Amino acid sequence: MRITCPFCGERDRREFYYQGAAVALERPVADAGEEAWDAYVHLRDNPAGVTKDLWYHESGCSSWIVVTRNTVTHEILDCTLACDTKSEVSI
Amino acid sequence: MRIAGKGLIDRSKPVRFVFDGVGYDGFAGDTLASALLANDVRLVGRSFKYHRPRGVLTSGSEEPNALVTVGNGAAAEPNVRATVQEIYTGLEAKSQNRWPSLSMDLMAANDLAAPFLGAGFYYKTFMWPSQFWEKLYEPIIRRAAGLGALSGESNPDKYERAYAFCDLLVIGAGPAGVMAALVAARAGADVILVDEDSRMGGRLLAENCEIDGVPGVIWVDRVLSELSAMDNVRLMSRTTVTGAYDGGTFAALERVGHHRAARHAGLPLETFWRIVAKRSVLAAGALERPVAFRNNDRPGIMTAGAVRAYLNRWGVVPGQKVAVFGNNDDAHRTARDLLAAGVHVAGLIDSRHNAPDATGFPVYKGAMVSDTTGRRGLESITIRSVSGEDKLATDCLAISGGWNPTVHLTCHLNSRPVWCDDILAFVPSPSGVPGMGVAGACSGAFSTDRCLREGAAAAVAALEALGKSAPKTQIPDAEDAPYAIAPLWAVPGRGRAWLDFQNDVCVKDVKQAAVENFRSVEHMKRYTTQGMATDQGKNSNVAALAILADVTGRAIPDTGTTTFRPPFSPVAIAAMGAGAQGKGFAPERFTTSHAASVERKAPMIEAGLWYRPSYFPVPGETTWRQSCDREVDMVRHTVGVCDVSTLGKIDIQGPDAAEFLDFVYTNTFSTLKIGRARYGLMLREDGHVMDDGTTARLGAHHFLMTTTTAAAGQVMRHLDFVHQGLRPDLDVAMVSVTEQWAQFAIAGPKSRELLNGLFDADLTDAEWPFMACGPVQVMGVRGRLFRISFSGEHAYELAVPSRYGDSLFRTLLARADTLGGGAYGMEALNVMRIEKGFITHAEIHGRVTAFDIGMERMVSSKKDCIGKTMSERDGLSGADREQLIGLNPVGAVKQLTAGAHLFNADDDPVRVNDQGYVTSVAYSPTMGHMLALGFLKNGRARHGQKVRMVDHLRDLDALCEVVNPVFFDPDGERARG
Amino acid sequence: MRFTGLRVLKEGLTGNRGWAHHWRDPAPKAEYGIVIIGGGGHGLSTAYYLAREYGLTNIAVLEKGYIGGGNVGRNTTIVRANYFLQGNSEFYSHSLKLWEGLEADLNYNVMHSQRGLINLFHSDGQRDAFARRGNAMINQGDDAVLLDREGVRKHLPYLDFDNTRFPIYGGLLHPRGGTARHDAVAWGYARGADQRGVDIIQNCEVTGIDIENGTVKGVQTTRGAIRAKKVGIVVAGRSGQVAAMAGMRLPIESHVLQAFVTEGLKPAIDHVVSFGMGHFYISQSDKGGLVFGGDLDFYASYAQRGNLPMVEHVMEAGMTLMPMIGKAKVLRSWGGIMDMTPDGSPIIDKTGVDGLYLNCGWCYGGFKAVPASGNCFAHLMATGRFHGAAAGFRLDRFRTGRRLLDEEGTGAQHNLH
Repeated sequence: MRITCPFCGERDRREFYYQGAAVALERPVADAGEEAWDAYVHLRDNPAGVTKDLWYHESGCSSWIVVTRNTVTHEILDCTLACDTKSEVSI
Repeated sequence: MRIAGKGLIDRSKPVRFVFDGVGYDGFAGDTLASALLANDVRLVGRSFKYHRPRGVLTSGSEEPNALVTVGNGAAAEPNVRATVQEIYTGLEAKSQNRWPSLSMDLMAANDLAAPFLGAGFYYKTFMWPSQFWEKLYEPIIRRAAGLGALSGESNPDKYERAYAFCDLLVIGAGPAGVMAALVAARAGADVILVDEDSRMGGRLLAENCEIDGVPGVIWVDRVLSELSAMDNVRLMSRTTVTGAYDGGTFAALERVGHHRAARHAGLPLETFWRIVAKRSVLAAGALERPVAFRNNDRPGIMTAGAVRAYLNRWGVVPGQKVAVFGNNDDAHRTARDLLAAGVHVAGLIDSRHNAPDATGFPVYKGAMVSDTTGRRGLESITIRSVSGEDKLATDCLAISGGWNPTVHLTCHLNSRPVWCDDILAFVPSPSGVPGMGVAGACSGAFSTDRCLREGAAAAVAALEALGKSAPKTQIPDAEDAPYAIAPLWAVPGRGRAWLDFQNDVCVKDVKQAAVENFRSVEHMKRYTTQGMATDQGKNSNVAALAILADVTGRAIPDTGTTTFRPPFSPVAIAAMGAGAQGKGFAPERFTTSHAASVERKAPMIEAGLWYRPSYFPVPGETTWRQSCDREVDMVRHTVGVCDVSTLGKIDIQGPDAAEFLDFVYTNTFSTLKIGRARYGLMLREDGHVMDDGTTARLGAHHFLMTTTTAAAGQVMRHLDFVHQGLRPDLDVAMVSVTEQWAQFAIAGPKSRELLNGLFDADLTDAEWPFMACGPVQVMGVRGRLFRISFSGEHAYELAVPSRYGDSLFRTLLARADTLGGGAYGMEALNVMRIEKGFITHAEIHGRVTAFDIGMERMVSSKKDCIGKTMSERDGLSGADREQLIGLNPVGAVKQLTAGAHLFNADDDPVRVNDQGYVTSVAYSPTMGHMLALGFLKNGRARHGQKVRMVDHLRDLDALCEVVNPVFFDPDGERARG
Repeated sequence: MRFTGLRVLKEGLTGNRGWAHHWRDPAPKAEYGIVIIGGGGHGLSTAYYLAREYGLTNIAVLEKGYIGGGNVGRNTTIVRANYFLQGNSEFYSHSLKLWEGLEADLNYNVMHSQRGLINLFHSDGQRDAFARRGNAMINQGDDAVLLDREGVRKHLPYLDFDNTRFPIYGGLLHPRGGTARHDAVAWGYARGADQRGVDIIQNCEVTGIDIENGTVKGVQTTRGAIRAKKVGIVVAGRSGQVAAMAGMRLPIESHVLQAFVTEGLKPAIDHVVSFGMGHFYISQSDKGGLVFGGDLDFYASYAQRGNLPMVEHVMEAGMTLMPMIGKAKVLRSWGGIMDMTPDGSPIIDKTGVDGLYLNCGWCYGGFKAVPASGNCFAHLMATGRFHGAAAGFRLDRFRTGRRLLDEEGTGAQHNLH
């Protein structure tokens, strides 16, 4: 499996740490309520198909990357810096 | 028997080797199988279940029968395919799975019991009495099963791993593969051409054919010499591509040393490659399949293509009178080649009524072989035709049930192959592996002409995808013989007809599985073990599937296939795990004080990837406890020095650094003054404790965070996530500087005295109060000093750039020695932190909340932070949670143990009564008895109560008093003073 | 038909003509009392215990492929009861007791082999954690023995005691731990359920769950609609998709776990051995193959296959721990889809829909749980009450944080358990 780090280029999967679904970027506000926090921390869409998840270029440039990926074929469709995705969403 | 004038072996280089203790002669270029056949050795192995005598079936890596053990002692290698093993002078091979000898195998009694040992018999018996399974039945089954044996000794051989990148990976160097490589290489692409054989050429080495008017062998050698002269081409023979993975990644095994007489010191035995290719061409050829008929497993019965290969490549004919049996045109080639080489062809049996005619040998059209004789070697066959049954004396039967394209790699990413009625075989699905083209016999194109054309076309397609223009290429002239085939999977009749030779799966087993409703191909496989032998079903799966389809009344495509999974052929664990044996499994991290610590005879122990000193023995000390007690006493009364560099150090800078820290820590850092450090608690987002440590403010926009040794990586990752993923708006940057700074604790009443003299100005309490920090000049080197304490004593931590670490450590020790102090290790450090009730990851083990460790007030109510909301969930605090406590033994208790459980004094030590557990224990020389930290339900409210500590494992049962976890100097006066 | 040694002899003497199907292939009926979605180990054992313990036989098990084709047929076959958190330990203890009577119960030889499991530890801290675990096992009534280095050497002389990267300090021996023949467990439960009247329907994929007014009414399948009073979802890695049919979002992320088997070899490893520093566990099958595995590939996946980094890591762990296996050749690798939960422990619970029940989240520990999972889920589905041994596997523990069952202590990141 090869992942294209937006800074470093295409690298082997071994250089990356995987965290989980990119929903982790959408942190609720502190008082969003029990349901929202339960959903954020625990619940997952877990699609059999295209998903967005978070990878960390731990053995490289330390970037957190949102990888758009197919969980059935392992095809990688897009790699974007988490901070860029984030600024689109929230700022 | 060797045929004069035939073959590619080097008759000028005789080779002497040993099989089962007997010496034989062969030639350079022989495999063990070809050399044994040349010496008329037909019996080479025994089957798995029935221990049937077996001979060589094939001429390649798919061999199911001729498996031997090569070498002796620790280097002995079991289950080596004699068909792949090249001979060298001194080669020693032994047959397997027989006792006492290959020709007299007592386990062959199983063959007589075959009616009781059919498919799945073991699921129906051996159940009574139940305890006999482990004691009797299973040991017998285990001893009877298995093929070769491991030596039981540590692997003595060198294995390597290597990495390669290319534009185009061509897998297989037969006509299709070399043509593809040639076209791509001439266009300037970086090409890797791999082939599992010792010599490239594929079937061109085994067939009597011409290309461009010269023998195929000559043509292919010319192409290979052109390729080998090109800088953009790497030729890798003896290399098997074993798996296709995501992103154009392939695994390949190169056999570097197996054909060498001496294990060359510099060379590995095998190299496991990871090859990343932008495009690939699979040109892996095809494998011939046998036909099932009664007693079709005798030594002397071989695939027809293998007989041709032994004749044409090795100059060997495996019998005096050879018969050929098939259902397709290709079988006829074998008879023709044998005849042309002057071999007596006893007859050609073709199941097709419209089989082509031939001269020079009898052709039995519309006939089948229905039985054979010859226990240790074929003696005769029975030919059944419309006119009845004939017996034919023969010592070698070449069988061809057709060819199966080698589709395996195209299926490794879950693609299923497609049934092709023209060749009665599966061909690759077009979309199997992204970027992979398929050419030649593995796509179902069997003539040399079609192989060459497809190889060239696949290269052109790959070049297009790579954005390179393909040069015009002339396709060489070659035969384009038709290939006609009629279905024949099993000859009808009684008795056992083998499908999976090694696992002894017969046609009747597949039928019985279907009767018992194991009708899914996966169920049939698992119930009968069909295809689960070392050949991974290469010789038998398609026929077994066809028979299952037949008995269940389905078409073959509707019946499906089992999945193809890596590896394509078996790979040694030592190859894939190369480099890890011994210390290579994980990096070793050494502190700058390592050498000085070893010089002082400190036992170095693993702390994660680091090595840290356990204790520093002095003359007269014989146990670790003596050293540890002395070191604790030393720190408590004079001064001790300890390397604490392994703690994670993260440099955090930027205008928003303080706000960032407020967000990752439960407590507040924005209020911290420059030149001060503060203890911080960090939660995971799920509200549990992640880590703790002190963070120092070195400037308005500059902080230095310390983490525990264990969590350094996790915390760095976490901070990067919180910044990049949650708060990219904050202007802050951070980097791990753990390795850049060597840091030493100087602890004890004389710590200041030790340090004074090292710096430009002496330390004073007024300038360096407890929790102060700042820059210092250490004998001219810029360092950092922190007045922090993990021992509870007046203490400092002094950091210098790592290159000065060794020298500073030695300097500190020299000064400590003059003050009656010295170095202390992990044991003493641990005792002192337990005396002080300081937690480590023994306590913050991932299930613990701030409430549990009595730090809920450190979760600031004035701000949000990671983990705050979830830490407020009902379940994360409350009286029923286990809370951190100290334990003092009551009475004459000698031993407390970490891992013991706690119970109310009068309760039985069973699960339902469980009240908690012990996490850390120490003998405290300061207090004069054992101490323990642990967790106890509602523990903070139970100080003063007695609880029962039970350790079943170590047979301890002790009464303890629940106390405040800070045993020593609870007010912290020593550290502050 | 009862399976006995005598029967094998008799059939052998008469041409093996008397054998019959182990389970039928009935056409689905229009209505059942209970529909179990998922013909894996857990689903089949649920059906079996519903029939055997509660006399309920109007049951269909719906399987989209062939039964036993999921994780029960693609694991490393380890059976153990060595958990330490309350909520887990009583459950796995219950399961092990069911295993110990399983062959007699099912009249099917699942080759449950209590050969002993040894968890190695490599530091004082790991020893303390395993001591806590071993004591918890004994508190529960199970067995555990703490071995020192020499004790381990006596059992496993072939380990590298001299040069390995992480020295062996000792091990926790669980004598009743061991292995079983994984496929046979699925087949044995299928046969037992079938004999009691349960319909096992293969090649029948559920495409929808019918719910009216908060009550389950049945399922839509590729073989037509089937009405049911109660429906149980037992689909492991596919739990998210099936639960979504009922409008539920689960605390589950599906991950791939690879496993490996070598060519057949004469007996070399007599125990189940687990390496505390390398995520590596190994045993030898009765056929002689070394069966071993490691950690997840770590990325969400439904592919039932993995990639090289974890393959190589697992081999590396084997080579540093027991370099005598170096010349064993890996014959096959495979992957299973693991339904990973935020605390690494499973879910056996009711849902917000009346009559709809959920059994999932077995992470990569589901095989040993097969008997008790079915047994406890059957209890819940039949009686509406939680079985005492599985009362802790509730969905709402994540929301409330109450009695989380995080044995690894890695927190709410699904792939770290």
